[in-house]
Amino acid sequence: MKYSSQSVAMPYFIAAIGLFVGQIIFGLAMGLQYVVGDFLFPEIPFNVARMVHTNLLIVWLLFGFMGATYFLVPEEAETELYSPKLALAMFWIFLVAGAATILGYLLVPYSTLAEMTGNNILATMGREFLEQPLLTKIGIVIVALAFLFNITMTLLKGRKTVISIVLLMGLWGLAIFFLFSFYNPGNLVKDKFYWWWVVHLWVEGVWELIMAAILAFVLIKVTGVDREVIEKWLYVIITLALVTGLIGTGHHYFWIGTPGYWQWLGSVFSALEPIPFFAMTVFAFNMVNRRRREHPNKAAVLWALGTGVMAFLGAGVWGFLHTLAPVNYYTHGSQITAAHGHMAFYGAYVLVVLTMISYAMPLLRGRAANDERAQVCEMWGFWLMTISMVFITLFLTAAGILQVWLQRVSDTPMPFMAVQDQVSLFYWMRLWAGVVFAAGLVTYLASFFVKGESKPLIHA
Amino acid sequence: MSGTFTKAMARNIFYGGAVFFFLLLVALSFDTMSGLPKSDNRANLTESVLRGKHIWETRNCIGCHTLLGEGAYFAPELGNVYPRRGGEFIKAWIKSQPTGTPGRRQMPQFNFTEQELDDIVAFLKYTSEINTQKWPPNIEG
Repeated sequence: MKYSSQSVAMPYFIAAIGLFVGQIIFGLAMGLQYVVGDFLFPEIPFNVARMVHTNLLIVWLLFGFMGATYFLVPEEAETELYSPKLALAMFWIFLVAGAATILGYLLVPYSTLAEMTGNNILATMGREFLEQPLLTKIGIVIVALAFLFNITMTLLKGRKTVISIVLLMGLWGLAIFFLFSFYNPGNLVKDKFYWWWVVHLWVEGVWELIMAAILAFVLIKVTGVDREVIEKWLYVIITLALVTGLIGTGHHYFWIGTPGYWQWLGSVFSALEPIPFFAMTVFAFNMVNRRRREHPNKAAVLWALGTGVMAFLGAGVWGFLHTLAPVNYYTHGSQITAAHGHMAFYGAYVLVVLTMISYAMPLLRGRAANDERAQVCEMWGFWLMTISMVFITLFLTAAGILQVWLQRVSDTPMPFMAVQDQVSLFYWMRLWAGVVFAAGLVTYLASFFVKGESKPLIHA
Repeated sequence: MSGTFTKAMARNIFYGGAVFFFLLLVALSFDTMSGLPKSDNRANLTESVLRGKHIWETRNCIGCHTLLGEGAYFAPELGNVYPRRGGEFIKAWIKSQPTGTPGRRQMPQFNFTEQELDDIVAFLKYTSEINTQKWPPNIEG
């Protein structure tokens, strides 16, 4: 750690990991509800568990992005953070607001929560991933603005590198597109159309800028490859991401009441969306192969390579699998979508945050890298989580193919619930893969507590 | 990646490409908005439908069901539930929840009034009449 204010990243990373644990616990509960339908009912119905599962994911990734930014920007800008106090204040506000929201989901009926928090003044709740009460949404905007102010001021007084500029563009985009979550017209088609301006333009747009910038930063640090080379790659990757991803939004506009031309536009552009992810994979391997130093933190290198591969598989390959309109006509809203969602979020965003944590955490704890044994433990965590996620995805894909066949392709289509019974074997298999994932997460957590000789601090 | 292709060129292509394709998305969105009256069934957006949408949202129905294919995949698609089941069935179904059958997926009891049930049905009827390019493939959703 070169600048003392980088240490504000630490609580963000700890909170991210803590909420990640919560996300997985609720994921397991939902996995069980898929096969034992009345599990936890009526205390925690599926919709509540799902809301907690997905919202915790979003919030912990945001904690991860913010922590990564607080670590990255001072080092790139070669100056202390504009206001570490503001960063810490925002940490506590975000954590308390996030926890209160999750408790609200769990303890109060959703409609009561809506009434208590001003949803009748401006109705924004009850839409997938944007279930947060109005007050929480406003809180997110305030925290995001304070965070962006802090980071922008830091950048303005320091060195402006490509990495920090790209990261900041991604973060500003994240905040700006979130504003569409406040727009909820009564016209369902319009509602759905602009809902994607948050969801799609986040995960297949501006988040890719954030991801690519974080990955580029870690790769510079662990490989020692010339910054000029890495920054050129960064521009190429984010160009490909936005050129394909912006009009690629159209793959969500096939069947929601929008004009038919989106089937062409969405199919063509989203068929190209794997390219930036493939470029990211090539980039990561290329830089590691051309490394000029052997960084003692081997675990961080593994996470970085894993990000490249898994993002390409999850977002690229599994996205392409069902993105062409004639295919999507049958797969839309099936378990194929769930399969893609799981691997894409894990491969792209979970792994990039864990890459940054893996690189930064030892430095924040005053060493270049963790002890060999701690790293081996951490890498076991990586492999257990990653391989089990591959199986979760494969089992959901198998369930999805069967579901699509029985319910939509067959000459004698079966009702939804009858089909669910038919594919339950694959839900059981997914659940067991989820249990292995949880074991991988526990292994990963344990790696933080493995004591041993730590590598001396070197300056990159 | 080396030689004549410089970082400055990469940067310019990024800014040019990002701005161009974002503006294209905005233009296409305007075009979509102007075409929507033909497909979005707005003529039938009654007060009852709007109240129904509000109920749909404040009970977090999307947390289990899909609507026009979007949402959770735990319970049936409801974009076409109106033609599939009809209004009376939908109301009776909601009123009879949860079934309490051991091991089966359960839907909560929301204790709706008759008016609220009618609003939900109105919303689902309106939704089923949106022009979705013939999706879903069949009545089972």
